[in-house]
Amino acid sequence: MEKKEFHVIAETGIHARPATLLVQAASKFNSDITLEYQGKSVNLKSIMGVMSLGVGQNADVVISADGADEAEAIAAITETMTKEGLAE
Amino acid sequence: MTKMLKGIAASDGIAAAKAYMLVQPDLSFSETSIDDPAAEVKRLEDAVSASKGELEAIKQKAAENLGAEEAEVFEAHLTILADPEMIGQIEDKIKNEKINAEAALKSVTDMFIAMFESMTDNAYMQERAGDIRDVTKRVMSHLLGVTLPNPALINEEVVIVAHDLTPSDTAQLDRNFVKGFITDIGGRTSHSAIMSRTLEIPAVVGSGSATSEINEGDMVIIDGISGDAVVDPTAEQLAEYEQKAADFKAQKAEWQQLKDAKSVSKDGKEVILGANIGTPKDVVGAVDNGAEAVGLFRSEFLYMDASELPSEEEQFKAYKEAVEGMNGKQVVVRTMDIGGDKDLPYLPLPEEENPFLGYRAIRISLDRQDIFRTQLRALLRASHYGRLAIMFPMIATVKEFKDAKAIFEEERAKLVKEGIPVSDDIEVGMMMEIPAAAMIADKLAKYADFFSIGTNDLIQYSMAADRGNERVSYLYQPYNPSILRLIKNIIDASHKEGKWTGMCGEMAGDQVAVPLLLGLGLDEFSMSATSILKTRSLLKKLDSAKMQELAQKAVEDCETTEEVEALVAEYTK
Repeated sequence: MEKKEFHVIAETGIHARPATLLVQAASKFNSDITLEYQGKSVNLKSIMGVMSLGVGQNADVVISADGADEAEAIAAITETMTKEGLAE
Repeated sequence: MTKMLKGIAASDGIAAAKAYMLVQPDLSFSETSIDDPAAEVKRLEDAVSASKGELEAIKQKAAENLGAEEAEVFEAHLTILADPEMIGQIEDKIKNEKINAEAALKSVTDMFIAMFESMTDNAYMQERAGDIRDVTKRVMSHLLGVTLPNPALINEEVVIVAHDLTPSDTAQLDRNFVKGFITDIGGRTSHSAIMSRTLEIPAVVGSGSATSEINEGDMVIIDGISGDAVVDPTAEQLAEYEQKAADFKAQKAEWQQLKDAKSVSKDGKEVILGANIGTPKDVVGAVDNGAEAVGLFRSEFLYMDASELPSEEEQFKAYKEAVEGMNGKQVVVRTMDIGGDKDLPYLPLPEEENPFLGYRAIRISLDRQDIFRTQLRALLRASHYGRLAIMFPMIATVKEFKDAKAIFEEERAKLVKEGIPVSDDIEVGMMMEIPAAAMIADKLAKYADFFSIGTNDLIQYSMAADRGNERVSYLYQPYNPSILRLIKNIIDASHKEGKWTGMCGEMAGDQVAVPLLLGLGLDEFSMSATSILKTRSLLKKLDSAKMQELAQKAVEDCETTEEVEALVAEYTK
């Protein structure tokens, strides 16, 4: 299993378009991918799961991937996060 | 059988085409227990995949006809449809509870909708509830075998029939095919009416019963000049309206000759006729219709069509495009007028008892100076590329204007120091839409370079009557002597200080109001672009000295709006 921590810097948090982009990035992989925030964990391939967490600016979140392509998944998600100025 | 419908004339012109019913089909069903869950799951899968196919087609059509931004909402719908959690839960429900797909779909999506709607501190999430509802409707329609209206897929000439048209409905309409529209509700200033004038599509609103009287495919004539509609017309009626359409076209051609003419009254008094625009693209329509200025550029589109606050650069580009498009003619940009009935998903505002009397427009700008300063910097930078003026909305007091102006001066000084070119001739004025401000117009005129009267708000605040509330809509009385007195006070005060007054509400293009406003000494009339030439033609027939006498009588002698209307009719005979 691969894990990575992110610190959300986007002013709007992971709400609007960014949530869709993350879900789209995650959906390309076979691994089970989760997003964890404040003790709650959701499927990162589920737009409603992601939005229901209400991740705001300055939140610390953990993304985990478990499966054959877990390393590639974390790399792709990290790239989306950085490119969209979402988190660091 | 031929039927006549009567509504409110919302947008000039005549159209005749087949009816396209933009109404929701019946999606009711009953919960049943099933024996073969596998088959039921398959039904769900088929409905989901049919919905996906439909959404892909709509998305592509929307992207081609309307642009990538309008298409984005359908992308969001597709993401929801592909949500493994939601689809998984529906399937589990079918298998475990042995209920039909319709019931399982409704039960699961209702839960998600309730969850998002309960996030009352976050307007964006609340809106997502609407997306889930839309997606649910689409899947449900496939399960039930009924057809949802897909306006984006229209590919023949039609007249749209709807209860009301929302901004997202109108965004999907293709002007090449939509020849006219008719709605059950709404008035001349409702969203659907304003949109029809911007798109130059003949429209009748507030017909009361269009959706129940008209059936899909019926031939419908829309007369946007008189507010009539004819369903299933006879051959004679069709011919009659064809003649009327031809006359209208001829009249338009006659008006067209006034495109490059000045706006002058019969006795030679010159005024400015400007256009109200919502996006920089609207400048084309303004110029085509002979606008001598843009009297109101609503900057809200930059904030409304976005998922985050617009950057300085993005705003700068939009303002620059507008001033360059007007080629040296003045463009008055109104700073952010958010709040009231317009809120932003990414800028959650606390829910208020009276949003129209609450935290909005300049009140937000003075509080959230970060947002305000970004906008002012963008405006200042754009001023270098044409003739730009700025006005602040919802100013109530002298202090508010001075505070806003001081922030403007600070940003201006900063840019000059940074060596960025800024025009040294930017007029800074204010909207006149609050009665308190109208009463101290003489004081405000010392500081503001100009006034622009926003009639919709001025009337609703003066009459204490919500313009969206049909039960008190009789109080929307632009010609009432009370309103005329406020307008006179504003215009006189500006002239005393050597300043000018414009009007950017719907009233400025109203053919009954124009004679009165000319008589009251209004300097600039700013209206929907399509009303400009008609108004220029009307002005040519009016004698300003005589209209002055009319205005004086209306203000001093008349008691009611009806008396004023009768007086105008008498003076313009």
